[in-house]
Amino acid sequence: MSEKKSDFVKFEQVDKSYDGKELVVKGLDLDIAEGEFLTLLGPSGSGKTTTLMMLAGFETPTNGEIYFDGNPINNIPPHKRGIGMVFQNYALFPHLSVFENLAFPLKVRKIDKVEIEERINKTLKMVSLTGFENRMPAQLSGGQQQRVAVARALVFDPKLVLMDEPLGALDKNLRESMQYELKHIHETLGVTVVYVTHDQGEALTMSNRIAVFNDGKVQQLSGPNELYETPVNSFVASFIGENNTFTGTVKELASGSAKIETNTGEIIIANPIAVSSAGEKSRISLRPERVDINPTEQIENRFEAEIKEIIYHGDHTRVRVNLLGNDEFILKVPNASSNSKLHLGDKLNLGWSSQDCRALDY
Amino acid sequence: MSAEIRTSDGELLSVKLRKVERRRRTTAFLLAAPLLFFIVFAYVIPIFQMLGRSIDNVQMNEFLSETHEVIQTWDGTEMPGEDVTSTFFYELKGLVEEKNHGKIATRLNYEKGGFTSLIKKTARKLKDFDENGNFLDQFIDVHKKWGDIEYWLALKRGTDAYHFRKYLTTFDFEQKFDGSIERIPEKKRINVTLWLRTIFVAAGVTFCCFLLAYPISHLLSVLPTRYSNLLMICVLLPFWTSLLVRTSSWMVLLQKQGVLNDTLVSLGIVADEGRLELMYNMTGTFIAMTQILLPFMVLPLYSVMKTIPPSLMRAATSMGATPFLAFRKIYFPLTYAGISAGSILVFVLSIGYYITPALVGGAKGTLISNRIAYHMQQSLDWSLATAMAAVLLVAVLIVYWLYNKIVGIDNMRLG
Repeated sequence: MSEKKSDFVKFEQVDKSYDGKELVVKGLDLDIAEGEFLTLLGPSGSGKTTTLMMLAGFETPTNGEIYFDGNPINNIPPHKRGIGMVFQNYALFPHLSVFENLAFPLKVRKIDKVEIEERINKTLKMVSLTGFENRMPAQLSGGQQQRVAVARALVFDPKLVLMDEPLGALDKNLRESMQYELKHIHETLGVTVVYVTHDQGEALTMSNRIAVFNDGKVQQLSGPNELYETPVNSFVASFIGENNTFTGTVKELASGSAKIETNTGEIIIANPIAVSSAGEKSRISLRPERVDINPTEQIENRFEAEIKEIIYHGDHTRVRVNLLGNDEFILKVPNASSNSKLHLGDKLNLGWSSQDCRALDY
Repeated sequence: MSAEIRTSDGELLSVKLRKVERRRRTTAFLLAAPLLFFIVFAYVIPIFQMLGRSIDNVQMNEFLSETHEVIQTWDGTEMPGEDVTSTFFYELKGLVEEKNHGKIATRLNYEKGGFTSLIKKTARKLKDFDENGNFLDQFIDVHKKWGDIEYWLALKRGTDAYHFRKYLTTFDFEQKFDGSIERIPEKKRINVTLWLRTIFVAAGVTFCCFLLAYPISHLLSVLPTRYSNLLMICVLLPFWTSLLVRTSSWMVLLQKQGVLNDTLVSLGIVADEGRLELMYNMTGTFIAMTQILLPFMVLPLYSVMKTIPPSLMRAATSMGATPFLAFRKIYFPLTYAGISAGSILVFVLSIGYYITPALVGGAKGTLISNRIAYHMQQSLDWSLATAMAAVLLVAVLIVYWLYNKIVGIDNMRLG
């Protein structure tokens, strides 16, 4: 097997506008490696689905070029691209049985009957739906329909499979088990998957890399843990996971550390990520689980807070406190027996390291 | 164990349930009652009366009840005996005094032509009859037709309370006096031609409507609401205009000196002498009926197409099907329910269409409904008219039955 290409799919300066007034996708540059599971994550209207549709061929880029396996595909109609696709509401053909649904892409390719049957059996086995060949889509549960849709997108061995929020219509438990299943299928087949979702949990669970979209642009493209641990701007920080923020002005800037004065006048020592000079305004991002309650050791940032609300969450308790004028500061406290002594109105000492506290753009 | 289930206050569950549900059922029935009442009195009863009229000859039977009884004993091989002729004489005399002889004349004329004048002339001469003489000879003296045995046979047959001969006429057959059934002479045959033409026009109009409506409905189902509403208004506009106005405007368009011909001539497509015959023939009926019935095809098609998610076509093309193949294998089969619902609507409506063929059809474009109207209004042969209407009703029922067999009536969606 030849070496895997790092630019198996390549978006080059792609713009897309529907109405000639607004750009839905702005100057998109994106390389997708062969065999990777890449997720396009973003709020609705961020351009992620449009990007996927351009790759599938249902939308034409207004500007720029898309390459697939080295070839420009702007002028290739969708049926000649050979890209598998799983749609939001499955798009199973309601008048065809499961077998006929799966046979459709194979019959179109004029594959002989024996091989069609072989391939369908193999694919159905992979999604654990053996024995469902003669069911009609309406006789299947949501999860089963989902599997058929996935099987149908894979049965003709495409090199690239696109998935447009395929788990959106499933309930929470089923969605989680399907996430693992999709991940395993991807690992087994080694097929390249481009996955669109607005659910960050889904993205973090399944992807090799995640491209966070907002306002028609990729805000950050990195692996799940970098995305969570080291967001590069405040949009990514607030979009991925839970996040406490302070706004303030940069007072002093040194390499690896910045002193930032908050609106209430206190100084927070933070890790400068997206600030470049003193005097700049900045938004500081801090993950709730990175805050120590009543820290014993020496720590750079230490402030007093007052408990405003305690919300029991089973495995952990969320504590809303007032800290440095921020009334919405959230703490996550694991429900170990030692931590059950929190009361409304109590004063707490909170501390965190400057490395966990990222000074981002305003 | 099949113990009876009781509610907590000890009543039998089934009894209690019925009691509780009764109020709701009564309310539901009362709400539906006006419609039910209306349908029974304005639809079901008139239809049965109509069907009855096609075989009903009770009035004749009553006017000539005694003659009818006596004439049954006559075997019809030779001229009738004095018992028949005398009874007929006295009854006819009574009818003349009550001035009811015109009615039986018309009725008997359906059985055999020439009866109208025969009865009228005889009625005038009745007072000259010698009640002690031979009645048959005196009848023949009044009019020599009485010497023809067929008139007496017609009288025998014409006084039966019920008969089915109108249904034979509907299909251009007749029953001879000897009881045999034959087709009527070729130059008199008209009904079969009309039936075939009606079915042909109905099928043709249905097909034309389908061809025109399919793309429109598709466009309606995919356009954004803003535009599809406008287009829908254009489709429905004919609905909001009187049928007569629409048909008349087609006359303005289609006639020889009409808008269409004028345009074609001025564009030089057609020579002035060679103006197209678009009216008073089948072409006119076809064009006008297709336009008028188009909404009935568009609405069911649209309602079905609206439910087909666009992602299905996308899915098909993403799997490598050309747009045409995706249409043929995926989209088209999914619209079957709409096609069949629209087709049955248009077919059933056009099979009984009346005003349009009457106005633009001319002699070559009239349909069976126009024939029914003719018998209702001009020939006044209501029995024949209702027999034809009954056959039309049966034809429609057969279409529904076939539809139910093939597609299933539950799958019908009408907008």
